[in-house]
Amino acid sequence: MPTETSAIETMANKEYKWGFVTDLESDTLPPGLNEDTVRAISALKNEPSFLTEWRLKAFRHWQTMTEPHWPNVKFAPIDYQAVSYYSAPKKKKTLASLDEVDPELLKTYEKLGVPLHEQKIFAGVAVDAVFDSVSVATTFKEKLAEMGIIFCSFSEAVQKHPELIKKYLGSVVPYSDNFFATLNSAVFSDGSFCYVPKGVQCPMELSTYFRINERNTGQFERTLIIADEGASVSYLEGCTAPMRDENQLHAAVVELVALGDARIKYSTVQNWYPGDKDGKGGIYNFVTKRGKCLGDNSRISWTQVETGSAITWKYPSVILQGDNSVGEFYSVALTNHRQQADTGTKMIHIGRNTRSTIVSKGISAGFGQNTYRGLVKILKHATGARNYTQCDSMLIGDKCGAHTFPYIEVRNTSARAEHEASTSKIGEDQLFYCKQRGISLEDAVNMIINGFCKEVFKELPMEFAVEAQKLLGVSLEGSVG
Amino acid sequence: MALLEVDNLSARVQGRDILKGINLTINPGEVHAIMGPNGSGKSTLASVLAGRDNYEVTGGSVQFNGKDILEMSPDERACEGLFLAFQYPVEIPGVSTSYFLKAAVNAIRKYRGEPELDAMDFLKLIKEKMKLLEMDQSFMNRSINEGFSGGEKKRNEIFQMTVLDPKLCILDETDSGLDIDALKIVSQGVNALRNPTRGILVVTHYQRLLNYIVPDFVHVLRDGRIIKSGDKSLALELEAKGYGWLENAA
Repeated sequence: MPTETSAIETMANKEYKWGFVTDLESDTLPPGLNEDTVRAISALKNEPSFLTEWRLKAFRHWQTMTEPHWPNVKFAPIDYQAVSYYSAPKKKKTLASLDEVDPELLKTYEKLGVPLHEQKIFAGVAVDAVFDSVSVATTFKEKLAEMGIIFCSFSEAVQKHPELIKKYLGSVVPYSDNFFATLNSAVFSDGSFCYVPKGVQCPMELSTYFRINERNTGQFERTLIIADEGASVSYLEGCTAPMRDENQLHAAVVELVALGDARIKYSTVQNWYPGDKDGKGGIYNFVTKRGKCLGDNSRISWTQVETGSAITWKYPSVILQGDNSVGEFYSVALTNHRQQADTGTKMIHIGRNTRSTIVSKGISAGFGQNTYRGLVKILKHATGARNYTQCDSMLIGDKCGAHTFPYIEVRNTSARAEHEASTSKIGEDQLFYCKQRGISLEDAVNMIINGFCKEVFKELPMEFAVEAQKLLGVSLEGSVG
Repeated sequence: MALLEVDNLSARVQGRDILKGINLTINPGEVHAIMGPNGSGKSTLASVLAGRDNYEVTGGSVQFNGKDILEMSPDERACEGLFLAFQYPVEIPGVSTSYFLKAAVNAIRKYRGEPELDAMDFLKLIKEKMKLLEMDQSFMNRSINEGFSGGEKKRNEIFQMTVLDPKLCILDETDSGLDIDALKIVSQGVNALRNPTRGILVVTHYQRLLNYIVPDFVHVLRDGRIIKSGDKSLALELEAKGYGWLENAA
């Protein structure tokens, strides 16, 4: 019988499709980081003094910190002085409409499939596109504004709604939180901002598309989403980056605030460049994402599909402060070739009758290393708190690894925490069964993996679920042998 | 032309020789039964014909429809019209039976250069076949074989076979784990598939199944070789006298 290995290797070497570089003139700060850099960024963005001071506080604190190495990933030391902390496509004036956007830039987004153009916008996706560090164009803003929804770049929010920024920035992820969040607090360049007022249900999926284009730049964006009482919003974030031999750092911070009876659903499809098959290049995705269920009966739900990045290191978490609040985390993390992922969540139960659900699906192929790390913490006053955790790993081949580190701390005797975990190898028996029915190896693998991830995919907005399935297929092509 | 021509086939599993020169010819329209004690190589023969990994063919040839299938991958063999009803059908969590079967139907149609079926046509096709196997609609939405009883799994195998309409059906110990009612339904499904162009190969330990699926030929496999062939009366004789009877004869 012919072995399938050679066919598989051909497929495995398929190239990263989003690896093009856009040739644009840009304003880039020289590499290096000191107080002057921080001040320069703040000045470039014409920020109010409270923000400049906040950045400086963060920077000073950051200098006292050391790069953490507790996660189950390996990487060469990062030279923070070699990174440029600000890069923006060159522009002469503020852009009034899409027509004024550099056509090169629009072409890039077209290649990425971002629906920036008007006709596509009517499909119902409002996009805030972040290109390197500056938000290029925010579409659909007017329609949202009619409902009182603010959806704009972070910088614009700083200028137009400083009171909201002052009130909520750092309220979920304080500037001193951790090494990378603190660095972000000092040097963040832009990001997305969203505020949904009381009782308003945002009628469309809001979406941000991040892309790292410039060489040697770190991307430090900051997202802040606030759902006021009774409001609800669903937000999708997608990410790609050009192919480069060197590693690039992406240290973002996302803060979500849900007031009483509010709901926030945050979905991520992350496809940063993972490096080549030998592990050269790729994005270091060190991100702090956290939501706070501040009011009673509020709900925050994280859904993530992580297929890219050389190293993924993130724990989208929920602080369940309001009584009866609900936190959810649904995750698919895939590592192929030399990729490493250490991801999971933290659910901090503070209020009474708070509930959390964690469903994590890790897929490892090639030499990929996949770690689930989760913390469920139930504090003393969280009477009636409940958690359910399900953590499944699937291995493809025998050179990859799956690791699970669940931490559970319970301080209230009425609380209940359940944890289920499984590890399986993609079964030779399953593959043979599919093939015996005429289904090709590649389709069989996709089918089995998608079945494995079904519980997570069903949480994604429909069109993104389809995208996620395809992405998983592409990322896994040829990994079975 | 014979549908299946197995010529002096030998095969090895994990370094052990299991098949030691099998000769078997199945013509269109014929039903053959292979019987034999545990460890005689019955299931190995089924697996080798279907092309399972880790079964190393060490000699001989297999022609299916005039083509050498030993060089084909399992999915190509399936697309050529070879179907194996598994002794232990596997579970695939999260993949519904209808999704799975639609993928299979369309993979085979594509291979034959036929247009793929859309959801409506597919639904029409399976509804008819489900009735035959007395299967409930809810089957189709459940993950394939997950949480199915032993009988349901086997019925699902025959159901798939009916939908995929193969040229050669290989039933590997389909009767194991079936109660008498399920056995009747399964046999009814298989018998409905009997026609002048199709071949059926029933692999079984017991004669019981052959009361319902009456074979044209019965072969007895022992230690990797067919030691005796005959018509359906051979199965009855085996039932009465046991495999030991042949051991002495051989």
